[in-house]
Amino acid sequence: MWAYRLNIPSHWRLLPERYRLIGGYCEECGYKTFPKQKICPKCGSKRIKSVELPRKGKVITYTVVQTPPRGFEYYTPYILAIIELEDGTRVFSQLTDIEPSEIHEGLEVEMTIRKIRVSGESGAIAYGYKFRPS
Amino acid sequence: MEVLRRPVIAGVGFTKITAHWKYSLRDLSSEAALKALSDAGNPKIDAIVVGNMMSGIANGQENLGSLVAESIGLSGVPSVKIEAACASGAAAVMWACLGVLSGLFNSVLVVGVEKMTDVTDKEDVSSALATAADYDYEVFFGATFPSLNAIIMRSYAKTYDLAPEDFGHLPILMHKNAVDVPHAQLRFPINMEGYLNSPIISDPLKLFDCAPIGDGAAALVIMRRDRARNSEHLIEIIGFGSATDTLAMYRREDLARLKAAELATKRALSMAGLEPKDFDIVQIHDAFSVIGYLNLEALGIVERGKAHEFIASGDADRSGALPVNPEGGLKARGHPVGATGVYQIAELALQLSDRAGSSQIENPNVGVAMNVGGTGSNVFVHILRRVE
Repeated sequence: MWAYRLNIPSHWRLLPERYRLIGGYCEECGYKTFPKQKICPKCGSKRIKSVELPRKGKVITYTVVQTPPRGFEYYTPYILAIIELEDGTRVFSQLTDIEPSEIHEGLEVEMTIRKIRVSGESGAIAYGYKFRPS
Repeated sequence: MEVLRRPVIAGVGFTKITAHWKYSLRDLSSEAALKALSDAGNPKIDAIVVGNMMSGIANGQENLGSLVAESIGLSGVPSVKIEAACASGAAAVMWACLGVLSGLFNSVLVVGVEKMTDVTDKEDVSSALATAADYDYEVFFGATFPSLNAIIMRSYAKTYDLAPEDFGHLPILMHKNAVDVPHAQLRFPINMEGYLNSPIISDPLKLFDCAPIGDGAAALVIMRRDRARNSEHLIEIIGFGSATDTLAMYRREDLARLKAAELATKRALSMAGLEPKDFDIVQIHDAFSVIGYLNLEALGIVERGKAHEFIASGDADRSGALPVNPEGGLKARGHPVGATGVYQIAELALQLSDRAGSSQIENPNVGVAMNVGGTGSNVFVHILRRVE
C-alpha cells in the first residue's frame, strides 16, 4: 500500500546515491556520510562536497528477514546488513548472491546493482545497490 | 518550575486495548477523553493535543484535532495532532505541559489514539509502522520495523555476549503482569519454552519479542496546579525531557545503545532535580525486548548489558524493589502506537494515586515513563510524583 508504492521522481532523484554510492565529504574535518548531509554531523561545517564512496567493505551486523513487506516475498528469506565501507562510512543494504547460512559479521562484500523492487504489474521497476560477497 | 504553575494530571481515562472491530477512531478517542474529563471533575478545557502516528495511512483520516474536539462537544477549542512515530503519545503530553507552563492554558486535554485494525492486511500495517524509519535509505531496501530492531538486538547480544533466553525474561514478566489487568490486550502467561519456540520474525528477533497490534485510546487532563481544584487525586509532572537521534539506525556509531533515550532522561532528571535511584516505579517502551532493556540502561537503572539480570532477579516484579510495567507494558498490555505514551503516563498516575486496582504496587512516590519513537530516533521521558 502507501508506504511501499514506488513514486518515480522519488526514486529518480536518488539515482546518484542508489547507482553510484554518492555521499558527502566534509572539507573541514574529512568526515564522510551516506547520504550527503548539508551540515557535517561531526564538526557542523557547511563545506560539504559530493564524493563517490568505495564499493567494498565488510558486514558489521545483519538480520535475516522471514516476514517480508509487500513486494519482497520473492526474496524471502533475505539478509539486511549494515556495511562499513573501506573508508569507514556505513551503508544499509540487502545482501545478494549469498545464502542466509553463509552470513557472518566481518564478511567482505562489494557493491553491485540489482533490482530492488517492482511496484505492481504495471508499475516502475527500481534498481539500486545491493552487496555481495567479494 | 514554580510549584503553583506546575502541570498536574487531574484525570485519566482509557479504553481496553484489543481489535475493536465495532469501534472507530472517533469512538475510541471520545470514550477515553470523556472518561478522563469526568475523572477530573469536568473542568473547562482550554486546548486539546492528540497523539497519533498513522491515522492518515490506517484510517484515511488526518486533522484529528478537529475530529476529537467535535466528538466530545468541544468544537471551538484549539486542538492539534502531534506526531513522533511510536512516541506520539508522550510527545502530546509534553506539548500539553508546555501549554500549561506557558501560562496560556489552564487545562489541556491529551488524547492518544491509534486504530490499527482498520488496515486488515498485516503487510499494510507493517508498511505503516515502517514509516517511523528512514524511507529512502532503509524501508526502500526491504526493511521492516521489526527487522531494524532485530539488527539492534543482534548488536546488543553480541556486545554483551547474551544468549537467546536472556531476552525472554522481559516478555515473560510482561505477560505475567497483564493477566489480571482488565484493559490489557494479551492476558495470558507465557514461559521460556514458549518464548524460545516462538517463530522467528527477523533473525534473531522472535514473535514473542514483539508487542502486538491493537486499537486503543488513552486520555489525560493536564492542569495548572493552582487551577485544579475539583480533582482529589492530583499527580504532579515534575520533569520531562525529549531528544532525537539519526532517523536511520545505520548512521549511529554505537548500535547497542539509545543516545536519545539517555539525553531525554538526563533532561527530565535535571528538571525534576532527581536521580535514577529516586524512581519507585518505571514504565519502559518494550515494543521489542531489546528496546525495553536499552530503556532500563538509558534511565540509569541498570548497568549496560545487565538489564536481563535485573528482570530475571525478580526486582522488576510488582512486589520487587523497582517494579517495571506492572500492567504488562507494550508487550502484553498492548501497543496502539500513538496512544502508548499516554497509556504509560495514565497508568503511572493511577499507580501514584493508589487507584491501579489489581496491578497496584506498594506505596510508590515517584514514577518515570519512557516512550520511544522510531528505532530510538525520538524519545520522551516524563517523571511524575504524588502530590503531598
